[in-house]
Amino acid sequence: MGRNGSGLADIVRKHETELLNAWVKEQLAANTLRLDLLNESEQREQSRRFLGVFREALGRGDAPDVMAPAWGDVRGMLAEISGARAKQGFTPTETAAFIFSLKQPVFARLRQEYAGSAEILVDETWAANVVLDKLGLYTTEVFQKSREEIILRQQQELLELSTPVVQLWDGILAVPLIGTLDSARTQVVMESLLQRIVETGAAIAIIDITGVPTVDTLVAQHLLKTVAAARLMGADCMISGIRPQIAQTIVHLGVELGSVITKATLADAFAVALQKTGASLSRPTPR
Amino acid sequence: MERIPILKMGEFLLVSIQVDMHDRLAMTLQDDLTDRIVKTRARGVLIDISALEVVDSFIGRMLGNIAGMSRVLDAQTVVVGMQPAVAITLVELGMRLTGVRTALNIEKGMELLRNGSGDVNGHGRRQE
Amino acid sequence: MAVVRSDSRPIRSSDDVVAVRQQVRRWAVDLQFSLVDQTKLVTAASELARNTLDHGGGGSARLEALNDGSRRGIRLSFEDKGPGIVDIELALKDGYTTGAGLGLGLGGARRLCNEFAIVSRRGEGTRVTVTKWR
Repeated sequence: MGRNGSGLADIVRKHETELLNAWVKEQLAANTLRLDLLNESEQREQSRRFLGVFREALGRGDAPDVMAPAWGDVRGMLAEISGARAKQGFTPTETAAFIFSLKQPVFARLRQEYAGSAEILVDETWAANVVLDKLGLYTTEVFQKSREEIILRQQQELLELSTPVVQLWDGILAVPLIGTLDSARTQVVMESLLQRIVETGAAIAIIDITGVPTVDTLVAQHLLKTVAAARLMGADCMISGIRPQIAQTIVHLGVELGSVITKATLADAFAVALQKTGASLSRPTPR
Repeated sequence: MERIPILKMGEFLLVSIQVDMHDRLAMTLQDDLTDRIVKTRARGVLIDISALEVVDSFIGRMLGNIAGMSRVLDAQTVVVGMQPAVAITLVELGMRLTGVRTALNIEKGMELLRNGSGDVNGHGRRQE
Repeated sequence: MAVVRSDSRPIRSSDDVVAVRQQVRRWAVDLQFSLVDQTKLVTAASELARNTLDHGGGGSARLEALNDGSRRGIRLSFEDKGPGIVDIELALKDGYTTGAGLGLGLGGARRLCNEFAIVSRRGEGTRVTVTKWR
């Protein structure tokens, strides 16, 4: 007792159960409580497990370096809790409150242990504060990373949803693109179109850019690469919806369309596609 | 010595490449195919690459060679089943597979061989 | 930027080229690259490994998994003690359209990856390094 910084390890080891009770009480009383997301017994269970690995890590020494290997289990558990809370919709503050609410019970216990010496109490309190602050910050960092990953994934899903590939006819697919095209979106379009071609065994795919306001060199190149890839696979690909402005841009940019068939409207492209696949539509003759 | 099996389907030959080929295996396939085309007087060759996850310039050239050699032997070649990721990569790589006909699957490939030309009904393509 | 994992293998036969391809594939899968990016990286590796074998007289490949804070990537280095490339600019031009000729795969490998670097001197060998980020 009295060695600088070992106070925290001592009280966690000797008074784990009391600490757990006091800590859970703090969490339930806090205004960051989210019983709608995590109920009381779940909170108690998480806290109990955490105190366990916390105690073990403290026992190995090395505090306050919480990034050391000895603290791996603690970090692992915090990462797990943080990640889960990020998914569940907790805020960063609510998540960090898990650690910070442990301070009050720890300080109260330290006050009892070192009632005799004000100096040692101050040192031990500070040491414990440093450790808990670091863990709290770590929790917030992991939370942020999880959130970023979730957002990235949602963006990806949104991209895929907004670029549907439709089957116009037997063997004829169309991708009506709407809005501005950027590199990422064009690549998603490319991949889903090619995938659908394989799945449906389509003979012809039409990329319609009627709803695309501007086309720059990069996008034009991506579109041409899509056409080239479809052809390599054994299907044909046309581009429709080329407005006069876009036609001008393409010429100015010096983009070579080569043998790619382009049509002003989707309807024209569809007609050509029908002809190429040997299908024909007829109107019933009026009486 | 391992070889890629060549099946006879009527007047056509079918090769299904299932393994990640090393160069020797690819060269052996070229030789074996040429042999079999002559022996069976096959009119067409279908090369199924639907299991190939990587087609680099060497394999690409092999396919081109096979197409060229079969043409000399009066047989048509159709490569089928190219995976989208492979197609995208080949385009980026700059490989054009000149002179190689392609189709989406074996069924369409056979249709192409039977019709004898690449542009009937818009199915299948001959790379320019 | 940290090198999280690293491995090195010899390129002395065409079996080695296949082995390098497969190892690069495994690493790309582990790092959760998209299927298209996996394919591009593995194909680039195949081109460069084959160059090392065919033009460099054999050499070695080094794989490194990178962690640059928020992004992860794979860096590949192919090294040989062969004759070296005299005209790098020319070597980077494509020779594919005819299917024969140069086609050293260098230009292609560069297009398939995010970063590309080459050091080569006549008589001193060649080292090509490519990096692809997830």
